[in-house]
Amino acid sequence: MSDSHGAYFIPEPSRWPIVGTLALFLSFIGGGMMLNGSGFGTFLLGLGIGAVIYMFCGWFSDVIGESLAGSYNKQVDVSFRWGMSWFIFSEVMFFAAFFGALYYIRVLSVPWLGGEGAGFATHMFLWPDFEAVWPLMMTPDMSLAGVESKFMEIKDVIPAFDVPLVNTILLLSSGVTITLAHHALKKDHRAPLCWWLAATVLLGFVFVYFQIGEYAHAYHELDLTMKSGVYGSTFFMLTGFHGFHVTMGATMILVILVRSMKGHFSAKDHFAFEGVAWYWHFVDVVWLGLYVFVYWI
Amino acid sequence: MSVDKLKQTVLGVVAVSLFLASGAVFAGLADMPLNLTQGVTETSQRVYDLHMIILYIVTVIGILVFGVMCWSIFHHRKSKGAVAAQFHHSTAAEIAWTIIPIIILVAMAIPATKTLIFMEQTGDAEMTLKVTGYQWKWKYDYLDEGVTVWSALDQASNEARQMDSGIDPNTVENYLLDVDNPIVLPVNTKIRILTTAADVIHAWWVPALGWKRDAIPGFINDNWTNIKEPGVYRGQCAELCGKDHGFMPIVVHAVSKEEYAAWIEEQKAAALAAADGANREWTKDELLAKGKDVYAANCVSCHQANGNGVEGLFPPLNGSAIVNGSAADMIGLVLNGKNLMPAFKDQLNDADLAAVMTHERNSWDNTAKDIIQPADVKAAR
Amino acid sequence: MSYGAVHDDEHHDHKPTGIGRWLFSTNHKDIGTMYLVFALTMFFIGGAMAMVIRLELFQPGMQYVDPQFFNSMTTVHALVMIFGAVMPAGVGLANWMIPMMVGAPDMAMPRMNNMSFWILPFAFTLLLSTFFMQGGAPAGGWTMYPPLVLQLGDGLPFLIFAVHFLGLSSIMGAINIIATVFNMRAPGMTFMRLPLFVWTWIITAFLLIAAMPVLAGGVTMLLTDRFFGTAFFDAAGGGDPVMFQHVFWFFGHPEVYILVLPSFGIISQIIPTFSRKPLFGYASMVYATASIAFLSFFVWAHHMFTVGMPLAGELFFMYATMAIAVPTGVKVFNWTATMWKGSMTFETPMLFSIGVLFMFTLGGFTGLMMGITPVDFQYHDTYFIVAHFHYVLVPGIVFGIVAGVYYWLPKWTGVMYDETLGKWHFWTSTISVNVLFFPMHFLGLAGMPRRIPDYNTQFTDWNQIVSVGGIAFGLSQLILVWVVIKCARGQGEKATDQVWEGAHGLEFTLPSPPPFHSFTTPPEVTEATAHS
Ligand code: HEA
Ligand code: HEA
Ligand code: HEC
Ligand code: CUA
Ligand SMILES: [Cu+2]
Repeated sequence: MSDSHGAYFIPEPSRWPIVGTLALFLSFIGGGMMLNGSGFGTFLLGLGIGAVIYMFCGWFSDVIGESLAGSYNKQVDVSFRWGMSWFIFSEVMFFAAFFGALYYIRVLSVPWLGGEGAGFATHMFLWPDFEAVWPLMMTPDMSLAGVESKFMEIKDVIPAFDVPLVNTILLLSSGVTITLAHHALKKDHRAPLCWWLAATVLLGFVFVYFQIGEYAHAYHELDLTMKSGVYGSTFFMLTGFHGFHVTMGATMILVILVRSMKGHFSAKDHFAFEGVAWYWHFVDVVWLGLYVFVYWI
Repeated sequence: MSVDKLKQTVLGVVAVSLFLASGAVFAGLADMPLNLTQGVTETSQRVYDLHMIILYIVTVIGILVFGVMCWSIFHHRKSKGAVAAQFHHSTAAEIAWTIIPIIILVAMAIPATKTLIFMEQTGDAEMTLKVTGYQWKWKYDYLDEGVTVWSALDQASNEARQMDSGIDPNTVENYLLDVDNPIVLPVNTKIRILTTAADVIHAWWVPALGWKRDAIPGFINDNWTNIKEPGVYRGQCAELCGKDHGFMPIVVHAVSKEEYAAWIEEQKAAALAAADGANREWTKDELLAKGKDVYAANCVSCHQANGNGVEGLFPPLNGSAIVNGSAADMIGLVLNGKNLMPAFKDQLNDADLAAVMTHERNSWDNTAKDIIQPADVKAAR
Repeated sequence: MSYGAVHDDEHHDHKPTGIGRWLFSTNHKDIGTMYLVFALTMFFIGGAMAMVIRLELFQPGMQYVDPQFFNSMTTVHALVMIFGAVMPAGVGLANWMIPMMVGAPDMAMPRMNNMSFWILPFAFTLLLSTFFMQGGAPAGGWTMYPPLVLQLGDGLPFLIFAVHFLGLSSIMGAINIIATVFNMRAPGMTFMRLPLFVWTWIITAFLLIAAMPVLAGGVTMLLTDRFFGTAFFDAAGGGDPVMFQHVFWFFGHPEVYILVLPSFGIISQIIPTFSRKPLFGYASMVYATASIAFLSFFVWAHHMFTVGMPLAGELFFMYATMAIAVPTGVKVFNWTATMWKGSMTFETPMLFSIGVLFMFTLGGFTGLMMGITPVDFQYHDTYFIVAHFHYVLVPGIVFGIVAGVYYWLPKWTGVMYDETLGKWHFWTSTISVNVLFFPMHFLGLAGMPRRIPDYNTQFTDWNQIVSVGGIAFGLSQLILVWVVIKCARGQGEKATDQVWEGAHGLEFTLPSPPPFHSFTTPPEVTEATAHS
């Protein structure tokens, strides 16, 4: 490592961080106002998101420019690697919060409401007719006589061995295609690199397309919505955040595809590609967790 | 913030500082205990003992550790010509000060575990009391007797605690620690106490019983107590539950079993009388008189004494379209609640509800001026 | 835009000028300075809120604020102090010192560093703007427990977004620190030669990255429960309000070590310097810090013993909590052993460090008492808790940060601070902080619940003493401002490069004040030059 010392790249002052901060600030103000029922808030939110996208474009084009100009050495590359890995770790912890919630609800709170273990008195005095089953089609307040439930009764849930299985296969294959792309890149074979990347992007977006179809089906035919009690809550929160990550990931791969076509990467030097590939694998692994714990068992 | 009050406080600050300096601190502080209560149950006694054991242990450790620090500070100072040694490591010492604390901790864990297990034994109770926290009062259901008691801050404290009340809290007995309807419990009886809540989380705590437990909406926690000595025991809600969290005290009268049985009979009779009240026609004066009290006990914390509510949180009833509008709409809203407005159908009986609504429709600048009969409320349930 | 690289031969010591120097900064020292100034500002804002609390509690009865506003004061005081004062102060010190301590020219990712900082003022604008909204500022406690927090008016989404925003800042800051330490060390600066401040910060950064996203997830669930009809915290839909508490404290307990570890790091630098003796048990200090961090993920439910967990859970969390006393004890004993047979002098940084040593330990002892589940049933949600955490937070952490500021101020500004003022600051602070927080133990044991705007008359006398202590402590902090302003204006004796007779470490090989880019040529570190 020591050979690279002494030439660490320190960027000149940059306006992108403050632009990004202001853009996020605007989005949050807009989002907050929107949730409080202000139409102008929605407009501000749109403006803010636009500004965030503008910031990303600007910031990354600076980085790409620097990278192409050869300003980065091995050490900068390693810094980026540490940065990306810990960023992904933080995302893992974000999902952990929701998986933890799912665990708590399935293993603890719903059984307690149904009278198991510590929930004996809870069940007897508050929800005597509630039955703890998973998937939870009927919420505790539906079991009370003479009370109008705040939630929607679920007609059916989405079976694991249907579209979700197809989606699993799609995502797993996309993991393979991106690895094939990486192998092609390491051999400096540009055409297969681009083709495999294009296949990955396609698989990603098809996944999102199916997911949207599934949501529509859930909302319209199954009465499975965010408002369907805690099953709907965990289902949409987990799959929703995951779907959002797939969209982001696929978009990032799209950018990498364009950059590959422009010949930005060399067999030795392609951190951007690798960072995105790591991210994609992370999204993939989260899906497996989802598939098993949300859809399957 | 008024200038007067500021002046008063500044003077107070100066006075207290002088007081501190005069060294007469403890003389003036005699009426507050400085340590945990020993309480009146076996649990509270055990908890107190445990508290003292740990306190002694950490005090001894503290004296040792701080002693060594002070020794160094006084004897190993450069100005006294101390020359720095250069050691920076000693495996033996490091092992010792890892192992010894572990041993101390294990010694502490054993009685703690025993006490905890003792406290969790909720079985074979002789009676059950269900406690439900509301914003901001308590509901007590004597499940075996079918008796229900609502218990909120007493009138005297409630008046004194209003801003600009002009009442000196020092003149109010048991300021903030008294309720309108204290509960009564028998001594030498294992009582199972179930805690839950209707809106947000509260916590039921009477220090003399030796524990507190959260009251969580939608869930019930199991606890028990067995009071050994008759007396009056006071406590407070111990979980932040909104604006008036500081104003929902608990008062337990522990009495002999006989007195307890008599009290239960009294409660049953009172409940019957109240039910009767709902079946007859009331005069406007009767309703207004009762309504005033019901309002002060149940509504004032949100809608305020002047009926103007709290800007942004609780709407004014003074001039409200609903209060001045159709009686049926108003009854429906008060019975069933809406958003932050609690549903009062379980909390108040028909007569109380009719009275409070009549009071509101005839108070302040309101123009409805009509009466609502208990029968109207009953019909709307 | 143009870009420049720092090369051995090509010296870039020109500072950008004007407002752009601060807005667009990619310099770790400028960003560090901004962090520190921001933290001090927030400390005063949070302190002003504490003064409102103390004023209202000066006597029984409601005098100045209504109960709802009082609750807002409590809530926002805590949020401002923790997220606005203490955490940014820690990051500010890390920004200034870590590159110098590991022999790097700057942080690994300077642009991201800038964003980590600039988010803070905007996030707090979001948070503080809620005071002017319908329904007022958050008033459900800094712990934001549902269902209560969901009763907040228009401020709720802004509270939640402010937390998201702050989380983003912390995570980016933490990633940057890890990348800097892992990747930018000078040749020869092995991990076991790192100054302890750097070590505590790597571990803190790890805690941040692991804990902040969980909080973000938790508050997101609050948002959807309120606005999108989900039922995470509503038993009627199958959820559980207590689940939020688990999520919050899974973040919250590591958070308290996020706050305290940098302070531990600072005093581990200072005590050896003024004892003129190497730090005792360097390796065990590192392992103890790591153990504290590891254990901190398994003790969270000690904040919620009274929610009614199953017995096995209560026992597990009690034992785990007690276990934390062991590595913390190791640290305390190592510091003591460092002073033992030293040749001690007592300049202001050392005084504050000794203050930390005594008063943090005191707070730790009460922490241990609260870790004993059955007794915590009595202590919980009383002023005993308030006493515990202010002891660890104020004399335990704020004093540590202040010690660091005095220790490095001459390095940063090139001039010595005014020692007489420093000593005054220490003694007034130490006396008043104990008048402020010690009686809270008595109040709590006597049964005064926390988060109440008014109390029974028996509590009056001690509350008055507490309030007087609070005002005295607040006023004492003005001395610090005075000291800092004097140094910033260059008034004072010129400081040497080494600053302190007993100081070691790379930062003391640089001139005072150091050049704009710390080590443009990486220094060579050997066993002899490494340890402080
Ligand atoms: C920096 C902040 C910080 C730190 C370091 C700590 C450290 C500790 N804390 Fe504290 N704590 C808080 C900040 C902190 N805490 C806050 C903010 C709250 C309240 C949150 C809220 O509700 O708003 C809180 C609340 C809190 C509770 C919840 C109480 C309740 O609400 O009922 C508990 C319970 O176990 C607890 C325990 C501990 C323990 C065991 C330690 C240990 O780490 C302490 C270890 C140290 C020592 C023990 C001293 C030194 C050791 C020796 C000299 C060795 C020998 C000693 C023995 C063998 C005894 N803390
Ligand atoms: C790092 C964190 C931190 C810090 C530094 C402090 C510092 C202080 N805290 Fe706070 N506090 C918390 C974290 C912190 N606190 C937390 C987490 C809670 C729990 C919240 C909850 O329940 O949700 C809490 C709660 C809390 C309460 C309990 C409130 C309640 O339960 O209702 C009280 C009451 O006295 C209090 C007081 C103080 C005081 C007097 C200071 C002082 O040290 C402040 C001193 C500083 C200044 C005063 C500012 C500087 C000086 C000036 C501005 C000059 C002018 C001064 C004067 C005119 C006097 N704090
Ligand atoms: C916990 C606070 C609280 C208490 C106690 C309370 N209210 Fe309310 N009340 C509210 C809130 C909040 C609303 C507004 C509901 C909404 O429209 O969202 C309200 C609305 C009302 C309204 C309709 C006013 C309007 O113009 O919209 C009436 C009438 C009313 N309350 C009567 C009562 C009566 C009678 C009592 C006591 C028996 C009472 N309230 C106690 C909080 C409270
Ligand atoms: Cu009820 Cu606090
Ligand atoms: Cu903790």
